[in-house]
Amino acid sequence: MELWFTERHTPNVKFSIRVDRQLYSGNSEFQRIDVFSSKEFGRFLTLDGYMMLTEKDEFIYHEMITHVPMAVHPRPKNILVIGAGDGGVVRELTRYPSVETIDLVEIDELVVEVSKKYLPTTACRLDDERVNICYEDGVKYIRRCEDKYDVIIVDSTDPFGPGEGLFTKEFYGSCFKALRADGIMVNQHESPFYDEDAAAMQRSHKRIVESFPISRVYQAHIPTYPSGHWLFGFASKKYHPVRDYNAAKWSMLGLHTRYYNPQLHAGAFALPNYVEEMLRDVE
Amino acid sequence: MEMTERQEKAPIYEALQRLRRMRVVPFDVPGHKRGRGNAELTEFLGEKCMSADVNSMKPLDNLCHPVSVIREAEELAAEAFGAANAFFMVGGTTSAVQSMIMYACRSGDKIIMPRNVHRSAINALILTGAVPVYVDPDVNSTLGIALGMSPEQVEQAIKDNPGAAAIMVNNPTYYGICSDLRRITELAHSHGMLVLVDEAHGTHFYFGDGFPVTAMAAGADCASVSMHKSGGSLTQSSFLLMGKNVNADYMRQVINLTQTTSASYLLLSSLDISRKRLALHGREIFSETVRMAEYARSEINSIGGYYAYSSELINGGSIYDFDRSKLSVYTLPVGLAGIEVYDLLRDEYDIQIEFGDIGNILAYISVGDRERDIERLISALAEIKRRFGRSSGDMLGHEYITPIVAEAPRTAFYSQKEQLPLSETAGRVCTEFVMCYPPGIPILAPGELITPEIIEYIRYAKEKGCQMTGTEDINIENINVMKNGGQHGALVY
Repeated sequence: MELWFTERHTPNVKFSIRVDRQLYSGNSEFQRIDVFSSKEFGRFLTLDGYMMLTEKDEFIYHEMITHVPMAVHPRPKNILVIGAGDGGVVRELTRYPSVETIDLVEIDELVVEVSKKYLPTTACRLDDERVNICYEDGVKYIRRCEDKYDVIIVDSTDPFGPGEGLFTKEFYGSCFKALRADGIMVNQHESPFYDEDAAAMQRSHKRIVESFPISRVYQAHIPTYPSGHWLFGFASKKYHPVRDYNAAKWSMLGLHTRYYNPQLHAGAFALPNYVEEMLRDVE
Repeated sequence: MEMTERQEKAPIYEALQRLRRMRVVPFDVPGHKRGRGNAELTEFLGEKCMSADVNSMKPLDNLCHPVSVIREAEELAAEAFGAANAFFMVGGTTSAVQSMIMYACRSGDKIIMPRNVHRSAINALILTGAVPVYVDPDVNSTLGIALGMSPEQVEQAIKDNPGAAAIMVNNPTYYGICSDLRRITELAHSHGMLVLVDEAHGTHFYFGDGFPVTAMAAGADCASVSMHKSGGSLTQSSFLLMGKNVNADYMRQVINLTQTTSASYLLLSSLDISRKRLALHGREIFSETVRMAEYARSEINSIGGYYAYSSELINGGSIYDFDRSKLSVYTLPVGLAGIEVYDLLRDEYDIQIEFGDIGNILAYISVGDRERDIERLISALAEIKRRFGRSSGDMLGHEYITPIVAEAPRTAFYSQKEQLPLSETAGRVCTEFVMCYPPGIPILAPGELITPEIIEYIRYAKEKGCQMTGTEDINIENINVMKNGGQHGALVY
């Protein structure tokens, strides 16, 4: 018997992982949640059938979405994380002693519960005393915040389904308002490769460019996401992601990382020509 | 059979399904032959949709003279709305409004109506030659919007015009404001006048809990109900409801004067299915709608500046009741005209709302809305205030200017006319409409005197980006006025 998980990356491309067994399946008010175990990727979490993370490659995503802004901001104390109910971003954040508060806003409580139970690799630090979890639509939460955070990390799902509000201009504008004068927002920025993903990527980049004075994009290689070529947005009120980056200072923290390092930090902002062109088209 | 059991039927829809199963070979119109003859359109609209676009035939009945499934569907609709009779309308609520006026009035008859009626009502006056007696609605001076008619105003109008044929009531208004329909109906009936209600925005009153009284429950004679607004049917489909004292067969003749003889079965089946849905589930559907509107209202009011108004406006007279499913927001305190907020929502935030006028916006809330979209709307309004808000000093507030009727609409419309630049029209009698659309309530109607105040208002509305319509000159730079003798030197303003 063979059991396979398959996700359509485009109407004409499928990506499959051989499944050992299904550990969990359930429906929340917002979406269907599944956890599988597999030989190749370990356990993996899907929402509405879309791959969110696997134990094998989640470190790439979580390190890149977290350490890049944390290394640029000189004194990140108050952090807001939107989405990310799996706990991966929080795990990386709790490694910084300078961090005083981590507010996690997740729309779907069941994602957190399921992650705590089945995905200890990522959910392991959700009980850190600096972490405050709020189950609310991120669009609504951020509307009430002003001049409150140093770093905002938007770990959204895709621009359709429950996370679509996190790709809108009203949301990015609210983030700008919620950040302090030298605040940084980093977001999951989709992929430049397949047409539909690329269009979503451009749309979201345009809206961020219109909302922040500094807006750059960086990349990473995430094998289980469509095309494997993934982007992150770095939007900032004051600091440039490369010019204002103090590599020595970050190295002094002595954090052990498996993907991220200071050379890669600068290199990640060097993008292929076709991606640069797509970004320029909407800037 | 119990009412709910009967209401589970949808005779037109069921007849269309039977027809599909019969696989009848079409040698009749429409010529696209179930879509096969127009591949691109079928690809766009879908095969199912095209195959339901059929012509009247024996198994499907005929809207001009219904004897079987349409008649049955109309009886079910009448039952659902608590009316003596109901007609399916395929020319929009516009055609329902016109039909009830053409039923009630002959040439020269007077009809009492508020001036803030939809253009379709004044169009009907041009068609029939009836003469309007306008009741000036109260205006809420803060919001700048015209309100309902108070019974005292109606009583006065009846005294002044004892021979009037009918009274028309706009209930609720676009903004959700209701008049005392029961009292107005009693007054009218005690003077032998018919009561016609433009209930375009009130479909949900018939099915939800806690809404203002419906025209049929208030004893009105006719009501035009836009099923396609809150009722969920396709655009252009509507109901004309009648009370027990209306001769429905004569009404059908009136409707047939102007209605198409090729009624669309897409529209008819959408009315049939939507009536069934509301009759069976309307209560839950509209309690959910109201819940979302109330939530949005409280969040918008907490932003500051904006005023999302509701039943606190009720004053027992010109605001006798309020439709809480409406989300109307007064925008001037953030220093932006409603139309500016309307444009910003679309251009900056990809959010399309129903309309914006000088001082207000209206976001249409329905069961089709999702929580997350409501959150987006609220956040976008907060962002618009943060990014574009300014002091509200120079804003022109008023939305309603009392008209001066110099001629009957029909007389003016068919008179000898000349076209003049807007700035030179003061003191002349207008022969056409000038309005912002939506909401489609005229600033000027045929037969009304143009004043400097009106010219200024039109200029301001154009400058703020209101979509102006109605004039022969598509750019609204020139207005048609009555020639010779159109100058009313005697009128002082």
